[in-house]
Amino acid sequence: MRNDENTIICRCEDLTLARLRQLIAEGYTTLDEIKRISRAGMGPCQGRTCRALIEREIANLTGTPIKDQPPAKYRQPCQPVKLAAILGGEPHAKDS
Amino acid sequence: MQKTADAVIVGGGVNGVSIAYNLAKRGMRNVCVIERDYLASGSTGRCGAGVRAQWGTEMNLRMSMASVRMFENMNEELAYDDDIEFNQGGYLLLAYSDEGFEQFKKNVALQRAHGLEVDLLTAAEAKEIVPHLNIEGLVGATYCPTDGHCNPFKVTDAYAKAARRLGAKIYTNTTVTGIRKENGCVCGVETTRGYISAPVVVNAAGGYSQDVAAMVGLEIPTYSERHQILVTEPVEPLQKPMVMSFHHNIYCQQSPHGSFIMGLGDPTEKPGYNIEASWQFLQEMAEKITWLLPPLRHLRVVRQWAGLYNMTPDRTPILGPVDEVEGFYLAVGFSGHGFMLAPAVGVLLAQSILGQETPIPLEPMNLSRFARGELFHEPSVV
Repeated sequence: MRNDENTIICRCEDLTLARLRQLIAEGYTTLDEIKRISRAGMGPCQGRTCRALIEREIANLTGTPIKDQPPAKYRQPCQPVKLAAILGGEPHAKDS
Repeated sequence: MQKTADAVIVGGGVNGVSIAYNLAKRGMRNVCVIERDYLASGSTGRCGAGVRAQWGTEMNLRMSMASVRMFENMNEELAYDDDIEFNQGGYLLLAYSDEGFEQFKKNVALQRAHGLEVDLLTAAEAKEIVPHLNIEGLVGATYCPTDGHCNPFKVTDAYAKAARRLGAKIYTNTTVTGIRKENGCVCGVETTRGYISAPVVVNAAGGYSQDVAAMVGLEIPTYSERHQILVTEPVEPLQKPMVMSFHHNIYCQQSPHGSFIMGLGDPTEKPGYNIEASWQFLQEMAEKITWLLPPLRHLRVVRQWAGLYNMTPDRTPILGPVDEVEGFYLAVGFSGHGFMLAPAVGVLLAQSILGQETPIPLEPMNLSRFARGELFHEPSVV
């Protein structure tokens, strides 16, 4: 197995570095496009780990520096919240 | 960028690429799609991803039934190297009034006459299909097992790849800034990357369809309206069908991936282009969904977003040529169900553009229906 096949970039959605490189080579060259085709950044952490890694890999492979890449939208809520907690019926704690 | 085309399609949503694929497949050599951002970046990629044939007007019913059949075979038809993730878990539609249930009876009679497998259910029978459904106040329901869920990004990707293989060109990050016409005929499209002359221009601009129509001096009765959605963390399979209530203006489905996707219509939403999500939506959704499907209270919301419904006065799309400008075609005003109709729309528009006979007549869905006063009355929209 190649090294990039067991390197996980998005740990919520199991995107490997090998798959990411393949997607960039196929023409998905922005974070938004990669997110939508691979689900990277759509899991419980909402891209906190993978965003920066994907942007860096896009920069490496396409030559477009991170500062020139279109930024992907940050969406609320900023961390997962139970529907019951939104209603005020349950405390919001990480282990609840 | 190319200087000429046989047809230019404005909008790289699922309908735009479906039309491009179907034109190329039928032999049109030089088709191009112009997309302002990236493919599926607008309404397609923001939709609830539901696919159903349970509609209340003959046109929506026939187009959606044809589309469901195409979704079933799409991976093969488009030789897709991935998976469109079509999962037929059914749709359970809920009625909370005698009036609503009477409408369902009419819908089911129409749907069965067209060969759709669909059942009219009592509240108790509905609970057998979704055991965690709160049936308080429920009068009855309808259920169609072949309705379901499909991945809008993948479907758009599949059509785009197939269209490109057949020679179509797709220009992303390219904005249409004007459309030229001469003597009542379209003659080309101005873009941020140059001018393309073309005898056919298709407006598939989703939430911005009225703006693109205005570029040829055409006033169309579409307008855009924000609709909001949220998605939860993925969990074990818990709910097979989409659950939809027109009374509560709500829909909720577990995707094959395990997350629950749920959306609400807000009758107080004003026409406009706002696509920001709001905290008020989160509050209202939490209240409604935990009443309707109580165990969902334990799920964590991971993300919310919004997109535009491109509405028409009769909540039915406007399709086909227009009398006012020759060569200008509309595939607009999907009123929140453009994704699920896209397979049929692509075929019908391509046939119409190529002067071929369409298996479903397009005339009733033309823009001229508004001048004639021959509107549809689609009763089944959230």
